[in-house]
Amino acid sequence: MRNKEKNSETSDLMRKKKFNLKEGFFLSLIRTLGFTGAVILFIILFFVAYNGIHILSWEFITQPPVDAMTKGGIFPVIVGTILLTALCMIIVVPIGVITAIFLAEYSKPGVLLKTVMMSIYTLAGVPSVVFGLFGLAVFVVAFNFGMSLLAGSLTLAVMILPYIISTSEEAIKTVPYSFKEASFACGATKWQTIRKVVLPTAMPGILTGGILGTAKVSGETAPIMFTAAAFFTPGVPRSLFEPLMALPYHIYVLATSGTHIEETRPIQYGTALTLIVLVLGMNLLGIILRSRQRKKKAW
Amino acid sequence: MALKWQTREKAVEIIVTSVGFLSVIVLLLIGFFLFKEAFYIFYKAGVLKVLFGTAWYPTYEPPSFGMFPLIMGTVAVTVLTAIMAIPLGLATAVYIAEIAHYKVKEILKPLVEMLASFPSVVLGFFGMVVIAPILSSWLSPIISERLPELLRSTNLPFVSTTLADMCYDKLFIASGLNISTAALMLSVRAIPIISSIAEDALTAVPRTYREASYSLGASKWETIWRVVIPSSVSGLSVAVILGIGTIIGETMIVLMVAGGAAVIPLWIFDPARPMPSAIAAEMAEAPYQSLHYHALFGVGAILFLITFLLSLISDFVSRKYRAIRIGEKI
Repeated sequence: MRNKEKNSETSDLMRKKKFNLKEGFFLSLIRTLGFTGAVILFIILFFVAYNGIHILSWEFITQPPVDAMTKGGIFPVIVGTILLTALCMIIVVPIGVITAIFLAEYSKPGVLLKTVMMSIYTLAGVPSVVFGLFGLAVFVVAFNFGMSLLAGSLTLAVMILPYIISTSEEAIKTVPYSFKEASFACGATKWQTIRKVVLPTAMPGILTGGILGTAKVSGETAPIMFTAAAFFTPGVPRSLFEPLMALPYHIYVLATSGTHIEETRPIQYGTALTLIVLVLGMNLLGIILRSRQRKKKAW
Repeated sequence: MALKWQTREKAVEIIVTSVGFLSVIVLLLIGFFLFKEAFYIFYKAGVLKVLFGTAWYPTYEPPSFGMFPLIMGTVAVTVLTAIMAIPLGLATAVYIAEIAHYKVKEILKPLVEMLASFPSVVLGFFGMVVIAPILSSWLSPIISERLPELLRSTNLPFVSTTLADMCYDKLFIASGLNISTAALMLSVRAIPIISSIAEDALTAVPRTYREASYSLGASKWETIWRVVIPSSVSGLSVAVILGIGTIIGETMIVLMVAGGAAVIPLWIFDPARPMPSAIAAEMAEAPYQSLHYHALFGVGAILFLITFLLSLISDFVSRKYRAIRIGEKI
């Protein structure tokens, strides 16, 4: 009986609070604003998909552009982006993982470590167009690679390095200390432990970071504008030292500086849709893998 | 034999450590090459003249490299974007971290993360083909013609004359490619970045704080406003600073929708040429080692200094708050 009274009392109190005007106003304001990002995502996705879906076909993604890029497909453009991204990842993942091993396992607290951390932190905030300038001055001019696949991949690698380092470091840091203790107890050295215990355990996390990094890299335009991307190339690049066409730059060029901006509108939508599918698909894959890993973790 | 594995361990340690320092070297190289290429323009034209000169005519004869319009272009789009993106980004973070049901949270969080990785060239494209026409051919007639007419018909002393004329003059949108459109699209870029860092900051507030607040009889909003937000204010400031850093450095959006005119924007519907877009638009045409080439590196060096400064500030602010992992969020 007493319990019941108490219950009704609390529920009265709660109802009072629920209908408190200020409380309700702010909570619903935040609730509404909280969905802005998701709503914008869907609006843009819907718009690009609606306009681009009818141009997307097997021919569109397997044929090269023809008639001054007003017709035909975007096959070399897709291949260019894939090559650029793949080479970038081949370059950056080993360096990023080794740096992460350094930060997580070998570094000693002090000025040097602080310098490294601060550099990574700063690199993460440098604008992408500044990486483009850096790539132009160093890889294109000083190393004499010219506007090429190699120069573009290196520039993108420098840009994505902080991201790969921090995702790998986080993956390595989640390996429980008891795993390492067990390995040491078996007589393994530090490097053996890292190679045989720490890295295999952290590998799913590192790979997920790599996939999310790949998604970021493949959508970047500014760093490749002066280092790799060309308005038009006759086909796929045949060596590391040839320029290439890439999806993001292709959209930019067709939408702003072509002589047939209106005529190529469908191709622009199709290219944008292809890029979005590529980037968001990889992103989604990474997010799903990551959440599955978090749930699956047995320790 | 004993020596052998010890040597190998030592060798591995040396290799790992030296690779670990690669990012320091890369950062130094970026700074070195930027300032090396930028030095010449400041030397040749004078620092003050370059920074505060109001004429950016790089291809004229003789050329003029006053970067002030570019700098003001960046300032204008950044301020406009910040007004929109900071409240929205923080609200999203508060919603995800404090209010949303966990099932909503599990869907909304990945969506926001996907928006963060949305290619900026597609955002620029969207701004060009959708937002700009809406602004110039749909919104402009309404607010610069219908609205003044409506105001005039009221016959009120101030409203029907001064205010109506002001609307007529100021709300006419000559071109949809202006700093407002750029700010709208830049907000789309900045909201997810601000919200994901801010959300980490809010989540890092211990649950005991909230429980203490509730046990004193505080309501949900009171707890959020008086307890959770004040105790995560350093993390929230880091979110805002890094969000601003992203806005300043974002290239493709301002390149495609800011209008491109190298003049100081005086009103929200004026076009501008923010610093990143000047670099991106002109680098391809600037002859190697020409004055123009050096001037564009000068713009890049200023951008680099600004973002470097913002990183230092945010590092200083987050001294006490180590839970965020910055590299992941940008």
